[in-house]
Amino acid sequence: MKFSLSWLKDHLETDASLNEILVKLNATGLEVEGVENPAERLAPFTVAEILSAEKHPDADKLKVCKVSNGTDEMQIVCGAPNARTGIKVVLGRPGDYVPGIDVKLKTASIRGVESSGMMCSYRELELGDDHDGIIELAEDAPVGTSFVDYAGLDDPVIDVAITPNRQDCLGVRGIARDLAAAGLGTLKPLKTEAVVGSFESDISVSIEMDDANPNGCPTFLGRKFVNVKNGPSPQWLQDKLKAVGLKPISALVDITNYVSLDLARPLHVYDANKLTGNLKARIAEKGETFTALDEKEYTALGREIVIADDAGVQGFGGVIGGMATGCSLETTEVILEAALFDPVSVAFTGRDHGIITDARYRFERGVDPLFVRDGIEIASRLILELCGGEASNVFSAGDVPVWDRTVTFRPERVRTLGGLDIPATESINILKALGFEVSGDAPFAVKVPSWRSDVEGEADLVEDVLRIHGYDDIPSADLPPVHHKAGTTLSDRQKKSRAVKRQLATRGLHEAMTWSFMHRDNAKLFGGGDDRLMVDNPISSDLDCMRPSILPNLMQAAQRNKDRGAESTNLFEVGPIYLDDTDKGQKLVAAGIRAGMNGARSWQNAQRPVSAFDAKADAEAALRAAGAPVANLQVFEGADEHYHPGRSGTLRLGPKNILASFGELHPRVLKALDVDGPVVGFEVFLEQIPAGRRKSATKGALALSNLQSVERDFAFLLDNDKPVADLLRAVRGADKTFIADVAVFDVYAGKGVPEGQRSVAISVLLTPKEETFSDKDIEQISDKVIAAAQKAVGAELRG
Amino acid sequence: MQDQIASLKSSISEQIEAAETLDALESVRVAALGKKGSVSGLMKGLGGMDPEERKVMGPALNALKNEVADTLAARKATLEELALNARLSSEKLDMTLPVDSGTEGSVHPVSQVMDEIAEIFASLGFDVAEGPDIESDFHNFSALNIPEEHPARQDHDTFYLKPDENGDRKVLRTHTSPVQIRTMLSKEPPIRIIAPGRTYRADWDATHTPMFHQVEGLVIDRDTHLGHLKGTLEAFLKAFFEVDAVTLRLRPSYFPFTEPSMEVDVQCSFEGGTVKVGDGNDWLEILGSGMVHPNVLKACNLDPNEYQGFAFGCGIDRLAMLKYGMNDLRSFFEGDVRWHQHYGFRALDLPTIAGGLSR
Repeated sequence: MKFSLSWLKDHLETDASLNEILVKLNATGLEVEGVENPAERLAPFTVAEILSAEKHPDADKLKVCKVSNGTDEMQIVCGAPNARTGIKVVLGRPGDYVPGIDVKLKTASIRGVESSGMMCSYRELELGDDHDGIIELAEDAPVGTSFVDYAGLDDPVIDVAITPNRQDCLGVRGIARDLAAAGLGTLKPLKTEAVVGSFESDISVSIEMDDANPNGCPTFLGRKFVNVKNGPSPQWLQDKLKAVGLKPISALVDITNYVSLDLARPLHVYDANKLTGNLKARIAEKGETFTALDEKEYTALGREIVIADDAGVQGFGGVIGGMATGCSLETTEVILEAALFDPVSVAFTGRDHGIITDARYRFERGVDPLFVRDGIEIASRLILELCGGEASNVFSAGDVPVWDRTVTFRPERVRTLGGLDIPATESINILKALGFEVSGDAPFAVKVPSWRSDVEGEADLVEDVLRIHGYDDIPSADLPPVHHKAGTTLSDRQKKSRAVKRQLATRGLHEAMTWSFMHRDNAKLFGGGDDRLMVDNPISSDLDCMRPSILPNLMQAAQRNKDRGAESTNLFEVGPIYLDDTDKGQKLVAAGIRAGMNGARSWQNAQRPVSAFDAKADAEAALRAAGAPVANLQVFEGADEHYHPGRSGTLRLGPKNILASFGELHPRVLKALDVDGPVVGFEVFLEQIPAGRRKSATKGALALSNLQSVERDFAFLLDNDKPVADLLRAVRGADKTFIADVAVFDVYAGKGVPEGQRSVAISVLLTPKEETFSDKDIEQISDKVIAAAQKAVGAELRG
Repeated sequence: MQDQIASLKSSISEQIEAAETLDALESVRVAALGKKGSVSGLMKGLGGMDPEERKVMGPALNALKNEVADTLAARKATLEELALNARLSSEKLDMTLPVDSGTEGSVHPVSQVMDEIAEIFASLGFDVAEGPDIESDFHNFSALNIPEEHPARQDHDTFYLKPDENGDRKVLRTHTSPVQIRTMLSKEPPIRIIAPGRTYRADWDATHTPMFHQVEGLVIDRDTHLGHLKGTLEAFLKAFFEVDAVTLRLRPSYFPFTEPSMEVDVQCSFEGGTVKVGDGNDWLEILGSGMVHPNVLKACNLDPNEYQGFAFGCGIDRLAMLKYGMNDLRSFFEGDVRWHQHYGFRALDLPTIAGGLSR
């Protein structure tokens, strides 16, 4: 919302400086977004006169002018068609900056003729769009005076952000009222005297709503004017509108815009001679069309409130008028409309059709219901003043809605809710200054003014008192201490997520954060792409589907790194995936990838490409950090379809509960994502990990033996289709008393090993319990190990 | 005999001195003290001596034996030392060679800042709550006093999912405020929570991304007022920016779900192109807040005459940018390893109250 300082002073009697006003605007909640004073950028320009204008000797369209600023005479080459002897112009001298063309003037030779200065157009001075010629000032403009002073441009324009609740401040008067209440002056009275009509309008209005929206247009006032002369509006009005960035159109239109900006009262004018029959405010029928003032054709959906005549729809009520019945410079008979429209309907109509107008902006925030009559009288007076003619009596339909809202106010609430201890009288005075009527004793009955429909309860009154008093005085207070047990801040899930992040970072992976949405095609590669997870209005078609997996994002990030020359990329993310659109469909997953080589090139270690086992190790580390019983997990070969079928697996707790999957990414997926391999990855489903049921902090007693442990090695021949895990499980179970650990230290296939088999070398750690092992003891355990391996997976001890 | 001893002693001593290796020395030892050695041979002769002679020669021979043994031991020690020195000098490695220290990963600044925030609010008695990203209209809007036609909805640039068979559209939550609703509906006051998480709005430039992070704060009790909000935010910002004092400026504003509402600015300086919180003459808009609107309490089945409290919402990415000096939000979400190496945090850089919140 823009307004100039002088416009504000139309309503506010004040001695306050600009700066005081700006500070107070911010303090009362009218956030200043910018201040600009055209006088600052136009200060050097002066009023001058063209003494003579002659054709340039070498250019048909240029003129060589002698120009006087009262003290000096200078020669200026000018291309404007209207440059001629005797006119008063706006002069810039060498050294002056011309904002509209971003040029600092200097003396120059134009086609061989020296030119020292410039006579400017409105556009060159950023005072409008007019660039047909240079500015022609009035004949009596005093040569030599500052142009800013002459044109009254020393008038700062203030831009404030109006929050959606303060429709009253979408008029300059509302802003003035707040400032007056905040002690910055007094609000001037508003002249609302009725215009006396001299005839009855031959056009009338009716309202016909439906059951769905009985109050869509509670009241509609109209007035006819005849014998008006619509032309450009007077300078003061044009200046006001231009100062706030509005283009003057014609007196009739400018008046409606002015009243809207000045008093937050939107209006509309029809050319009465273009109307067919009477006006009717009604609900649109689906498919009805009209061309609006923005020159676009709109087709009604069937729930809009429209203003129609016998010929059809002539505008969306409170949103935009129609082109066919709009006023032009030829208009001589006018219908002025001042109506009320249901804010919700206006909001929907505007949104459905993508129309943003000053009228919609005000109506959807709810205009003052009791100001319709004043609005039409103020506008009527302006029409008669500026366009002449005669006014009819006001015709109307509907009733002005009843406005009767009273809120109970306990003054101590300013302290108990707002934290500010001020006397009740101060609160009451503030409310009165804002237009509230306060009566009785505490608790007070506070009558809310009709322009403050945002005020619904006591909390709103507390806010008004606080913001007018100023928030700065509210003292800080500490929250009372609470009993809060250590470790209860985070949920189990959050603790897992934290631990996993730190763990994966120690393993050389960088934590990324990537979009929750991705291209549907990519989602489909990872088992997603469901209709219920499509974003209806994505910011880009690449991001139109909620992700079923984090992996594709990480893979694409890895490829971007590779494209920049990175040899390997290790990334992880702990974040949501979406299996459906319910609360439960969102799952917390720790996913990671390793792409390219494992480790840097080093003189110490040989470098190798990443392998699925790297991903398995990452998955296990993440699971361990999250408290999963990793030793008890079963490895199942193969995982989801985005993994390589022969180089992937799942880690499960029991046969069904998949805690993690890992493996090499499927070559087809790599190709579809345009990602170079090899890439391995893992996904740990954190919510599938059972919560640790820790009853106490104690870790239990530890019994350590000083007896020497013994390690025995075995090499088994194992069929390729038998998983090593089964062999290990069998060996581990061969003697539960003494076998403490089983490890694989070599896997070999090739020469010396039969086709279809591999040699798996394992070491078995035996720990004695009460006395050291004898050779016979060890032999017995070894026999059990061999027997168990044979029985479980048909493994034979290698000869 | 005495002469014989003396000459043997001198001869053995010479041999010992002459031995250049431990093997040579061992030969000398065997030749002297071995079973068939020269000293042992003399010792054997003692048995054939008469008692008088033996009385003299016994000690003399023993002395010889001991002296030879000592000399041998001394020489052995010397030779061992020499051998060790020779070995050590041959074993030299170039210790300036760089070692393979393994690749170090990192924790994302947003995670780090979330941990910092949780740490601070834990010390103030807050719990960390969560809610889903895909929200119902009820939780994201209507329970927060934002009915469908409300103009504030347009300011949210909301992402919607495709409508279901009833025409209802789920939204990607535009703020973390729906967690307020979920918390109040599931928990009895007193309530003190923060709720960090992902939020979504259709906006994309250097300081806006379609996905970003917010942290919500909510306190509901019987007597909580605006002063408590101010005090809590001061405590938070002081701890977060690690300064002794902060000055806040509350500016009246409007949020449908709070009344009174305010934007909170913190005093800062922008000298030298970096933001310094705690002093200076500028103000930095840092969060929005207010007292929970009675309609929101009612929507959560709480009686506004009994309960009241405050709420605030703050951009986590922005806090990270201010504290750690990133200037482009978009790079937070690109996974550029060079960015992570520069702005990420070491795995063991756990923010704690005791150890400090930043590295």
